Amino acid sequence: MNLQVTGERVELSAMNNAQPDTAVPVRRSQIRDVVFYNIVRGIALLTLLILLGIIASLIVSSWPSIQKFGFSFIWTTDWNPPAEKFGALIPIYGTLVTSVIALFIAVPVSFGIALFLTELSPAWLRRPLGTAIELLAAIPSIVYGMWGLLVFAPLFGQYVQPLLAETLGKLPLIGVLFEGAPLGIGLLAAGVILAIMIIPFIAAVMRDVFEVTPPMLKESAYGVGATTWEVMWNVVLPYTKVGVVGGIMLGLGRALGETMAVTFVIGNTNLLDNVSLFSPGNSITSALANEFSEADPGLHTAALMELGLILFMITFMVLAFSKWLLARMKINEGSPVA
Amino acid sequence: MDIVKRRRLVNRLALFLSVCAMAFGVLWLVWILFDVLRLGVGGLSPALFTKMTPPPGEDGGLLNAIVGSFMMCGLAMLIGTPIGVLAGIYLGEYGQRGWLGSTTRLINDILLSAPSIVLGLFVYAVVVARTGGFSGYAGVIALTLIVVPVVVRTTENMLILVPNGMREAAYALGAPKYHVILSVTLRAARAGVMTGVLLALARIAGETAPLLFTALSNQFWSLDLGKPMANLPVTIFKFAMSPFEDWQKLAWAGVFLITLGVLLINIIARVVLREGRR
Repeated sequence: MNLQVTGERVELSAMNNAQPDTAVPVRRSQIRDVVFYNIVRGIALLTLLILLGIIASLIVSSWPSIQKFGFSFIWTTDWNPPAEKFGALIPIYGTLVTSVIALFIAVPVSFGIALFLTELSPAWLRRPLGTAIELLAAIPSIVYGMWGLLVFAPLFGQYVQPLLAETLGKLPLIGVLFEGAPLGIGLLAAGVILAIMIIPFIAAVMRDVFEVTPPMLKESAYGVGATTWEVMWNVVLPYTKVGVVGGIMLGLGRALGETMAVTFVIGNTNLLDNVSLFSPGNSITSALANEFSEADPGLHTAALMELGLILFMITFMVLAFSKWLLARMKINEGSPVA
Repeated sequence: MDIVKRRRLVNRLALFLSVCAMAFGVLWLVWILFDVLRLGVGGLSPALFTKMTPPPGEDGGLLNAIVGSFMMCGLAMLIGTPIGVLAGIYLGEYGQRGWLGSTTRLINDILLSAPSIVLGLFVYAVVVARTGGFSGYAGVIALTLIVVPVVVRTTENMLILVPNGMREAAYALGAPKYHVILSVTLRAARAGVMTGVLLALARIAGETAPLLFTALSNQFWSLDLGKPMANLPVTIFKFAMSPFEDWQKLAWAGVFLITLGVLLINIIARVVLREGRR
């Protein structure tokens, strides 16, 4: 064995010739150390520069539009490329509404799945079912999109939407959300497809945080006679609530930025004359996907770039919020929860 | 007695709903896979792998799109993997503390969750608008931007899992740090890093949004990365949105190929990770 102690310059140079591959003189290995350190450090700096580059390039490219429309870009609905008038309210509305619908469906379902995987499932089923949910997350969004447009939307329009109009549509207040022609495609269908896509993400985080709940807490509750549901709702959920919200935010981030699945099923109409969720609409991502490659290089492109910038800002804030929550949970880990 | 009955009832109901939720989740997976299989197999034929994408109403295949996807994904992996692994090494081995480490970690998380279409916009603004045209290279850059954060994240996580005793043992033998990292810790984390690389590949294989305004698409056979390049996802998008029946059939076949590929890569990644843990 050939030894080199860098600090004390012990050099067994006689053996260097015998084993040229593993035996490197001290000086040379010090240089290599510095070189290697600077390479990996430089690459890390590179990722930093990429992010700054993304933000800078989006701002620069959307500058003509920012300058011309100012804040009115966000709350006007006029999207008219030939007249060079651009207002982004409809795509922003579409993005937010579809994401809210998705969360509305995905959160309870994910909670049920996580409850099943941590408390109910027999041990031998836990792994295969967990894998199945994770594979749901791996399917590319274009598959969801095409399936959603050609298989799901027709069935949705034929059976589910009339049913919703008959039941929820008759209720006061929320009835207006479920009115109009059951086309299949539209905001509601896009929300449902998004829900299917984000369920695996939220369920995986929920399962992981439920599993870190100390068994002592759960066993104590069972010990005083609580049912499984009561343990879950009154002990596990309060203990993990920060992590659960972090997981939901993660899912929300996905839903906001999802492009292909939404573009296929949302209907791509820049019209907002009623609040019904049955009506077709547009989202930031679908507007980009449909219009960008054919946009004129002038103001139209700038307006689309500004849409991208807004989307980036929204997802960035959602991510920052979820990171902050998850970090808080790490600090509180183990301490009693109020 | 009444309250006990009520609590039992609530419990039963909640657990029943939980089973329903699980069934709901699995149902979608089965339903989607079933439809992809049912509609995709109909389009499978030797022509799929030997002919180019056709104009509507004519026979054709997806050869140019398949080859284009392979070329761009392969190149993106070739560029993205070393960058990701090196940056991951910095985070895992050098940058546990200090401003660069924590900033890079945060930025990597932002890139990881940035909408892929925004990455496409960035590459458009920086590459396509400057070089004056859509090109395969622009597509490769966009895909690389997706690969890097995934690889960085897994590399760092896997390096942190390597027990410190192994590093110390290597230092005690007098090994310099780069040597410790390259032949001890990285080797110990090999399976995990491999898994990250495979998952990144699975992710970009189906990515459509960032290619829409970078590589665009190309109806003809072209191996020139300097020109717009055909690729499977964008071709599927174009064909699926079209009213032509034979285009939709080809799109289903393409969706079948992509789904099969992505699921296979995912399963291989799981096996690699499990073997590596033994």
